[in-house]
Amino acid sequence: MKRKEQLLLASPARLLKEYPFLKSFFMQVPEGILYDHQQPLQHLLMEVGEEKSENQGFDTGHFLDQLDEFIHQMEVFSGMAEKTVRSLTILPGNDKSGQPENFESLQFEASTITSIVGPTGSGKSRLLADIEWVAQADTPTKRSVLINNEKPNPDWRFASGKKLVAQLSQNMNFVMDLSVSEFLELHAGSRMIANADIVIQRIIEAANELAGEKFSAQTPITSLSGGQSRALMIADTAMLSSSPVVLIDEIENAGIDRKKALALLTGEEKIVLMATHDPILALMADQRIIIKNGGIFKVVKTSDEERELLAELEKGDKKLQELRTKLRAGEQLGDSI
Amino acid sequence: MNLITISGPPSSGKTSVILKTAESLMQKGLKVGAVKFDCLHTDDDIAYEKAGIPVKKGLSGQLCPDHYFVSNIEAVVEWGLAGGFDLLISESAGLCNRCSPYIKEVKAVCVIDNLSGINTPKKIGPMLRMADIVVITKGDIVSQAEREVFSARVHAVNPTAIVMHINGLTGQGAFELGTLWYDENQKLDSLKGKKLRFSMPSALCSYCLGETRIGESYQMGNVRKINLEEKSNEA
Ligand SMILES: Nc1nc2c(ncn2[C@@H]2O[C@H](COP(=O)(O)OP(=O)(O)OP(=O)(O)O)[C@@H](O)[C@H]2O)c(=O)[nH]1
Ligand SMILES: [Mg+2]
Repeated sequence: MKRKEQLLLASPARLLKEYPFLKSFFMQVPEGILYDHQQPLQHLLMEVGEEKSENQGFDTGHFLDQLDEFIHQMEVFSGMAEKTVRSLTILPGNDKSGQPENFESLQFEASTITSIVGPTGSGKSRLLADIEWVAQADTPTKRSVLINNEKPNPDWRFASGKKLVAQLSQNMNFVMDLSVSEFLELHAGSRMIANADIVIQRIIEAANELAGEKFSAQTPITSLSGGQSRALMIADTAMLSSSPVVLIDEIENAGIDRKKALALLTGEEKIVLMATHDPILALMADQRIIIKNGGIFKVVKTSDEERELLAELEKGDKKLQELRTKLRAGEQLGDSI
Repeated sequence: MNLITISGPPSSGKTSVILKTAESLMQKGLKVGAVKFDCLHTDDDIAYEKAGIPVKKGLSGQLCPDHYFVSNIEAVVEWGLAGGFDLLISESAGLCNRCSPYIKEVKAVCVIDNLSGINTPKKIGPMLRMADIVVITKGDIVSQAEREVFSARVHAVNPTAIVMHINGLTGQGAFELGTLWYDENQKLDSLKGKKLRFSMPSALCSYCLGETRIGESYQMGNVRKINLEEKSNEA
């Protein structure tokens, strides 16, 4: 109650000084209502009157409640942002037939990769939904999720500024009509981060490291190639997304350096989950889980032998890539045997 | 019975989200019914029927769809009570952006999609600003950054709402949404005496009454003129 009264006495200009994040809130207020940022809110709201309120679909009492709530949530949010998520733990539930899952507890640490193997419809979406909802034995699988080994703050479910999981899949496209740098500025703006310029610069550099062909800050995002788009999405998610967990649904084996892409995500201390059927990708992970009939059927740590196998597979893969390049260039492939 | 009103721009994914969410509630043994309010045409009733959800549809035709909604929702509630539903879901397309057919003390959900553009949340008005739950769909086809920017805009327009990201195709998130839709302690017997959250447009002009001719002398009642003198203040 008390804060609302104080808010009424302050002018938008003063509020912005005290709470810079209000910029995004004020931007969404219908035109003409906060026409003078120097006047106290009380005065501005009194002037709205019935006609303007009806015209604009604007309710002054509701506005004040929303303003108060926005400030409250941003404060909660910054409190949550300080506490980084270092680990997620899944406690077992049951599969679709009600059989208990066969593991004690499953740990996903920051900077590590877990691959998820299982046919479509096997329960990958459900696992992901359990994590996003920080399930507390209250979903169909009856699994529970811990954050940093503790029962999580319920705010994770609803805090709209902070989702646990960021998702990257091959169906995703850029739909905005902006250049790479405008696009990143917009994203940085919504996160209200300091040194946006430096971060944007770093993202573009990192994305260019991942993609085969280079692009510039001025390139329109919708004209990026498949590999370039994926590279930009990964670099952006690594450095600008607020979500501590990243789920990648396969990374195509063309136009992008997959190993570097994963290293970029783990380097930014993300908890990486990767749905894949590709043995090379699966073995790049520290562990893999196998999903069957809606349940986690098995958890396998990547063994030393498997790592050796990975090195072999990567050699073969590199060879294949070289052949592809030669094929495109019109060369004889027999020479390379 | 519980009543929930769902609205959102055309094709934003309302029916998809409702079907997936209703499925999870029906699995828990709840009896779900639906009503679709639209303007000229809808096939949504067929989709509900196919899913085993009893449905009624109402087309407003030449009337303002939101006025039509308020004048009929009470009768639909009586239909729902007679049918013994645990949950009655009303779906209506938000057609003019100005209105929200939301009722005080009745849970209100607005469904918007990631493809509609980041300036859309500001344009929608009370339908978004006064909703209790905002569902954002079609996150499966845009980038993570676009999803984050879009939901930040939604949050700035309506900070008190619970924002849920639902995939209307796979139903990811629908089970969770369902837990917010049904409350066994809520018992609605009638809408009598309840109020709209926000008034509907008061305009009543000669064109509302069937006038088709263009010209100053045919314009009567509540008429407003465009201002062509001043510079527009929209950037
Ligand atoms: N890719 C994708 N498509 C979706 C999603 N949700 C809905 N759709 C598609 O969007 C289209 C419109 O969905 P509907 O559920 O009919 O939308 P609506 O809001 O009920 O439409 P009206 O009632 O006609 O206004 C359909 O083709 C859906 O399959 C989603 O999350 N992702
Ligand atoms: Mg529909």
